[in-house]
This record gives sequence, C-alpha cells and structure tokens, in this order.
Amino acid sequence: MEKFDKVHGVAAPMPLINIDTDMIIPKVHLKTIKRSGLGVVLFDEMRYHDDGQENEDFVLNKPAYREAEILVAGDNFGCGSSREHAPWAIKDFGIKVVISTSFADIFFNNCFKNGILPIVVEEEHHVILMEDAHKGENARMTVHLEDQQITTSDGVVIEFDIDPHRKHCLLNGLDDIGLTMEKDHHIDKFENHAGQARPWV
Amino acid sequence: MSPKTLYDKIWDAHVAHEADDGTCLLYIDRHLVHEVTSPQAFEGLRMAGRNVRAPEKTIAVPDHNVPTTPDRVHGIENPESRIQVEALDKNAKDFGIHYYPVHDVRQGIVHIVGPEQGWTLPGMTVVCGDSHTATHGAFGALAHGIGTSEVEHVLATQTLIQKKSKNMKVEITGKLQPGVTAKDITLAVIGETGTAGGTGYVIEYCGEAIRNLSMEGRMTVCNMAIEGGARAGLIAPDDTTFEYVKGRPHAPKGAQWEAAMDWWKTLYTDEGAHFDKVITLRGEDIAPVVTWGTSPEDVLPITATVPHPNDFEGGKVDAARRSIEYMGLEAGQKLSDVEIDTVFIGSCTNGRIEDLRAAAEILKGKKIKDGMRAMVVPGSGLVRAQAEEEGLADIFKDAGFEWRLAGCSMCLAMNPDQLQPGERCAATSNRNFEGRQGRGGRTHLLSPAMAAAAAITGRLTDVRELM
Repeated sequence: MEKFDKVHGVAAPMPLINIDTDMIIPKVHLKTIKRSGLGVVLFDEMRYHDDGQENEDFVLNKPAYREAEILVAGDNFGCGSSREHAPWAIKDFGIKVVISTSFADIFFNNCFKNGILPIVVEEEHHVILMEDAHKGENARMTVHLEDQQITTSDGVVIEFDIDPHRKHCLLNGLDDIGLTMEKDHHIDKFENHAGQARPWV
Repeated sequence: MSPKTLYDKIWDAHVAHEADDGTCLLYIDRHLVHEVTSPQAFEGLRMAGRNVRAPEKTIAVPDHNVPTTPDRVHGIENPESRIQVEALDKNAKDFGIHYYPVHDVRQGIVHIVGPEQGWTLPGMTVVCGDSHTATHGAFGALAHGIGTSEVEHVLATQTLIQKKSKNMKVEITGKLQPGVTAKDITLAVIGETGTAGGTGYVIEYCGEAIRNLSMEGRMTVCNMAIEGGARAGLIAPDDTTFEYVKGRPHAPKGAQWEAAMDWWKTLYTDEGAHFDKVITLRGEDIAPVVTWGTSPEDVLPITATVPHPNDFEGGKVDAARRSIEYMGLEAGQKLSDVEIDTVFIGSCTNGRIEDLRAAAEILKGKKIKDGMRAMVVPGSGLVRAQAEEEGLADIFKDAGFEWRLAGCSMCLAMNPDQLQPGERCAATSNRNFEGRQGRGGRTHLLSPAMAAAAAITGRLTDVRELM
C-alpha cells in the first residue's frame, strides 16, 4: 500500500447526513471482480442524471471541486453495507481524506485498508471545516497525519485523534496480512488451545 | 473475577493475541462468503501465493446476484453477474471450501443458510463480507460484517485485527401486542436510537419480549443491529436456541453436543456487568411500524402521519426534506393513505419460514389488489420446500403473489428483481436508502404481516384491521 503522509488539496463539502454506501456507489457497480476503475461511478446517482449527463449542481461536478482530495461530509458518513467498493471508488476518484463528525463502523475500517484517512472531528471544528470547504478552489486544506493536524485555508489548525496502530500502518503503507502472518505462532497456539476447549467448532 | 457481559465472554474466548495498545487478533470460527465481496479477496490470495488457512471453517454460497425466477436453471443471463457467480464456483473449488452452488436445494441467502445448516453456533465468532452478518448474533454468536480486505485477511489468517467495542444493552420489557412482530421491535429500536446510535457498540438485546421470540424472530432483530450503527447484535442463547440448533447437519453430536452445551449454558451476561449505554422500550408500547423516509431510522407507527422536516433538528431537517421529496410524500399525509404498487416479502431480515407463515396467515383466502406486483422470495431452497409442504406456497400463489426461488432478490436490486423509477414498494427487507431497490424506487420497510396487508389493500395498512 502507498504510504500516507501529508495531503494538501481542495476540500469538497457534502453536508448531508447519513450518506450511505448505496449513495457512494450503487449496487449496479458492485458486479466487478476488480478493485480499480470505480472513481467514475462514485456518487453515481447524485452525480449523473438518468440520461447519463453530469448533474451540474452536484459538488464534485463543479469546476472548483473536480480535483478534490478531501471530503468534508455530514454525520454518520458511510452507513449501510460493508461494500469495500465505496472506499475503492473514493480512492479511485482521488479523495484521500474524509472528515465527518462520525462514520459507520465498517466503512471506517475499510478506509484504512485502502490508504484513506477518515478523520472524526468535534461538531465545532466540523462547522469551521465545512465553511472552509465551501470556499471552492480556494479551500485548500492541509492534512498532516504525522502531526495529526488539519490546517484550513485560513491557517486555523485543528488537531485530531487516530488509533496509533492505524496511524503507523498508514504512514508506512503496511499490509495487514503480512503483519498478522508474523504472529502466526500465536494463531497456531490459539488453534491448539481452542481445538481442545471447543472441539465442536 | 469481575462480572462480564455476554460480549465480553465471547470476545475473551477468541483473542489470539493482544498488543500493548489493545489491538487484538480475534480468531474467527466461521467465515461466510458470497460472490459480490469475495472475488478481489481470492484474487489477492492468488497474487500473494497465499492459501485459505482454515477451509473447513469457510462456507460459500451465491445469493446477491442470482436471479430468482425458475428460468435460472438455464444459467444467469447478465454477464457480469454470471462472471461473479462463476468466480465463486471456481474459488470454492480451488481453495477447497464448503460450497452450496445455485442449483443446490440448500442454496439461499448466506445468513439464512448458515444457521439452517448448523454452521452458526452459540459462542462463535462469525464474519462475512456483508453487513447483515449481525443476523447470527441471534444465537449468542459474535457476528459482524467486514470489507473485502478483511475477507482476504480472514481467508489468509483466520483472524481479524480488532479493537473491542463498547457494551450496549437494549431491553424490551413485557409482552408484544397482537400484530406486532420482531420486525417492529427492531425498527422501533432504530427509530429510538437513530442509525448512528449504536456506532462503537455491540448490542445485547434482552428482556421478556426478546426471550419470547422464536429463533426466526431473534434473527430478524439482530439482522438490523447494523442499521442502528452497531458492530453486532447479540441475544444470549437459551432453550429456544439449543432446540433450534440440535440435529442440524453441522451442529455437534453426542459427547461433543454435551460438551458444547456445558459451555453454551455459561453464555449470558453476569449480574452486575457494566453496560456503557442502556435503552429500554416497553413491549406493550410498540405498534406495527413502517418507514416513511430513506433512512431506517425514519420509523413511525402505521397510525401516524408523514412528519414535517421542521419537526427535526440539525442536519436531519435537510435530510428529512430530501427524503420526503424523494419518497413523493407530503408532510401531514396519513401513512395509511400511501398507495403502493409493489410488495416484496423476503431477504435475510424476513425470508424465513415463520415470516412466510405470518404473511400467509393474513393472505389466506384473499386476493392482492388488481395491478399489484407482489413476490415472495424464500430465503433458502429449504425454506421454500418447507413452505410448499405446509401449503403456504399455494396461499401466496392463490392470492396472486409470484412464488420465487431463493436469493437476495429485490432487497438490493443486484439481480433482475428491481423497482422502476417512482415505483413504491412495501418491503420486508432492511434498507430504504435512495435507489436501494432500483434507481428512483421508493421503499417502505415493514413486517411480513404488514406487507401482506398492504398487498391486499393496495396501500400501507394497519395489519390489525385485517386480523
């Protein structure tokens, strides 16, 4: 996985709450057996009209936000299904950071597996960031993972929390499976023990 | 020893390794796999030259993509769907995992097949690349959905990297009123907590009304724990659980059954154990409910009216306005006046035998409204066979319902069963998101009995009027 360090880019505002995974990527696009190429259908039903033409009113279709690398979204972002196609599409579009007041659990986990940084901020900070994101192409925020800081286009600095293990993996682009396989002997030991305690499993 | 919750006990029994910062490797007892979220995971294994660590604990079945019409015996027409199902056929064979192919009578929705075959047992950890894995919590198993990267992780290592969630108790006291079902309980809870109310928690459902539910009802309740944002939902196993499990093909037998029972009987929350959040609802207060909006938290009794966006606060004002517009409703409109054109009975939420019995009970000797499109999609081939044996299939067919083969069907519209733009469906499934059942389609979630009532009258209907 690519190492995550710092993002300096345009932040797009999506204040709607409860943006679900069906909105992020509708099921018609889940029929792929690949991980790549989904950016074009990110937010498909909001982004395109029924005839396939772009909806000019949708934030990521506006000239200022077409290259957005950060998304500032409403509460409970990513609720719904476990489809990893949602973060795959976000990543493929070019968005590397999603900021909200809360995320759905599975989506939140899935982001880290794909080098996307989901950041949870307090309501008061969310208001500041959303306002900043509304400034269009001038809304260039900086997200610095090492320092755990977001800097708005006005220079306001907002700190954020992140699980240390997840931070370490993102910063170093570590592959979870490889890391876990280093602990193979613990798994062997557990299997031996559990196999005796619960042989019916 | 300090008192533990049921979740604490199952968690503790499955930690294979704990790092200093509390990050754990949680051992997975059962890994369920379907065709949509697994191809990239198997591909990842192949690219890295890795194997499935515990194929004997891995069970696969195609469900999301498969058509539910009888002509599916001739193959799947949609090329993309066919490729996904064929990929699962191949992956199951190449990696030697248990498999129920499309033509097997045991095929069905993964969350119905697992319990039916006795793969799901009390005290287990169960995962699947599907958010409705929460269903298996009904057995007192810690069960939750995972993404495809985690599917690959479990295939390769039989573990997940996890941090423990907080404990939440949802108690439903007392008895349910006639016409009120497990679906009404689970929707009412989400209406109370909101779709993010359970985020960060594992819920244990308890109380008299939960105890009195069958396993089918308990699965319905736990199935929608995810719609409340929780990682998982749990119900402590009891005699109802043990009776359901006993004799299933993959349930323990003989001495192993006795040994299992000894452990299973310890799987309850100890007196005085700590819950970080507690919600209590009176069973008597729960009415038959329906959803009016595009979030499962948009729940109201069928006797209510469509709310006004200004009834809400914060971001929900805009969200409610958007929902009401999408749903083509008017604030103040009586929910029981909302006309529908489609009825869908099925899904991992309500596609079990008891659900079909409840719907058939209402439909017996009646006809669906003229022009109504109504379908029953049993959750598995075995549910279908049982319903045919019990005469339920004839009741549905006589009433005017289509009697389908097992699959996820119209719950998520990845297969030919879909709504057209503007069509309005009374659905026993779990999500009413925009476009969930087809682009522009409108979904009202409700119980199987309420869905049957709506099919007869052609509008959302209080089932108690037909009882």
